[in-house]
Amino acid sequence: MRQLLLIPLLIGPVLLAGCAIEPWVKPYERANLAAPVMNFNRDPISSSYLHHVYDSREGARGAGIATGGGCGCN
Amino acid sequence: MLSLSELAAAAVLPEERADLLYHRYDGGGAEIDGPSLLVRKNLGDSVSLGLNHYVDNVTSASIDVVVSASEYTEQREENGISLDYLRQKTTVSLGYTVSTENDFDANTLGLGISQDMFGDLTTISMSFALGNNTITRSDDPVFERESEVRSYRLGISQILTKNLVLAATYETISDEGYLNNPYRQVRYISGTGFSFEGENYPRTRTSTAIALRANYFLPQRSAIHGGVRVFDDTWDIEAVTYEVGYKMPYGDQWIFEASYRFHDQSSASFYSDLFPSSEATEFRARDKELSTFTSSTIGLGASWEFGRAWSAIERGGVSLQVDWINFDYDDFRDLTDNAPTGEESAYSFDATVTRFFTSIWF
Repeated sequence: MRQLLLIPLLIGPVLLAGCAIEPWVKPYERANLAAPVMNFNRDPISSSYLHHVYDSREGARGAGIATGGGCGCN
Repeated sequence: MLSLSELAAAAVLPEERADLLYHRYDGGGAEIDGPSLLVRKNLGDSVSLGLNHYVDNVTSASIDVVVSASEYTEQREENGISLDYLRQKTTVSLGYTVSTENDFDANTLGLGISQDMFGDLTTISMSFALGNNTITRSDDPVFERESEVRSYRLGISQILTKNLVLAATYETISDEGYLNNPYRQVRYISGTGFSFEGENYPRTRTSTAIALRANYFLPQRSAIHGGVRVFDDTWDIEAVTYEVGYKMPYGDQWIFEASYRFHDQSSASFYSDLFPSSEATEFRARDKELSTFTSSTIGLGASWEFGRAWSAIERGGVSLQVDWINFDYDDFRDLTDNAPTGEESAYSFDATVTRFFTSIWF
C-alpha cells in the first residue's frame, strides 16, 4: 500500500513539469498531421473488419485497432 | 478503442458520419461475406453516440472441415453501442457489444479514458474490456461451456515533428474457461494410418502484445506509415508482425493506397500436426492458427470523395479496398494430399479480402 502512495509522488512532478513544456510543434504547424492520408484509422468500419480477419486466423492478438466479440473461428 | 489518428489529434469527439460496408473473405474453402453499418452522431457538444451492426454469412469447406466434417453454413450477427464523453482534454469511452451465432454468444463491455497533455503533443490512453462467451455445439443441445476474456490496454502517442507521429501500445489479454473449438480435432498415429480425437486446451491463457507505429507526411501530400508488433503468450506462441503502407492523394477527390504486411509466428507448446498416440499429452491442439506459419498481405485501395451534394450532408465518399493474403504453414499438413501418414505436404492457401463501402459525413 505504501508503494501505491509513492506513485503520485513519482508521477506528479513529471506531470507538473509537462504542464510547463512549451509545445515544439505549434497548433498552426499541424496542418500536415491533420491531412486525411495521415489518419491511420481513416475508416474505422473498414480497418476494424480487416483486423477481425487477422485475429480470427492468427495466434497473435492485441495492440491493434479492432475490437469486438464472436468466435471468428471459421 | 482509440486509434492512432484519434490519439494524434487534440481531444475532439469522433467524426459524425455513417458508413455502409460490404465485406467478403474468400480463401481456403471458406466464403464469408455480409454488410456492416456504423453510425456516429453527436449528442450535444460533449457526447458522441456510436451504433454498429455487423453480419457474417459463412459457408465453410475449409481444410479442417473437409477432413473430419462436412460443409456448413451459418450466420454471425454483432451489434454494438458506444458513448464518448469529452470534457476539456479528457475523453471517457464506454462500449458494449453483443455477438450471436448458432453455437457461440459473446458479450463485451469496454471502458476507456484518454488524456491530452503537453500542449496536445502527447496523448495517453487506457482501456479495459471484459468479455463473456457461451460456447455450444450445434449437434449437441446439452453441451454448453463458458469462457471469460479480460483485456488491459495502455497507449501513448507523441507528435514529434510537424510531419511525424509515433504511437506505442501495450495490451495484455487473459482468458479463462473453455478455450477449445468444440468441433476441432487432433490426429494421432493409429496402426499404419491415423485417427482423430477431440482437442484439449489449457483453461487459461495470458498474452502480451507491444506495438510501435509511425506515420510520416511526405511531399506531394502523401504519407508513409509503418509498424511492428511483438507478441508472446503463456502457450509459448511468439509472433512478430510488420506492416508498411503508402497513401497518395490524386487531385482533390481521390486517395490511392498500397500496403504490405508480414506475420511470423511459432506454434503453441501443445500443438502437433500428428500425435504419436491417442491422448499422448494432457493438452493437445491441431488448430492451424496455433501452428508455426507466416502470412503475407498485399493491399490496394482507392477512395473517391464528393463534395456537398445535399444540405443534409457535408460530404460523401466511396471506397474499394482489396487485400490478398497468403498463409504458409510449416507444421500443418494437407490431409487431402494422398501421401503416407506424416509425409503429406505442408498446407498453404491464398485468400482475397474485399471491402467496398460508402460513407457520408454530416
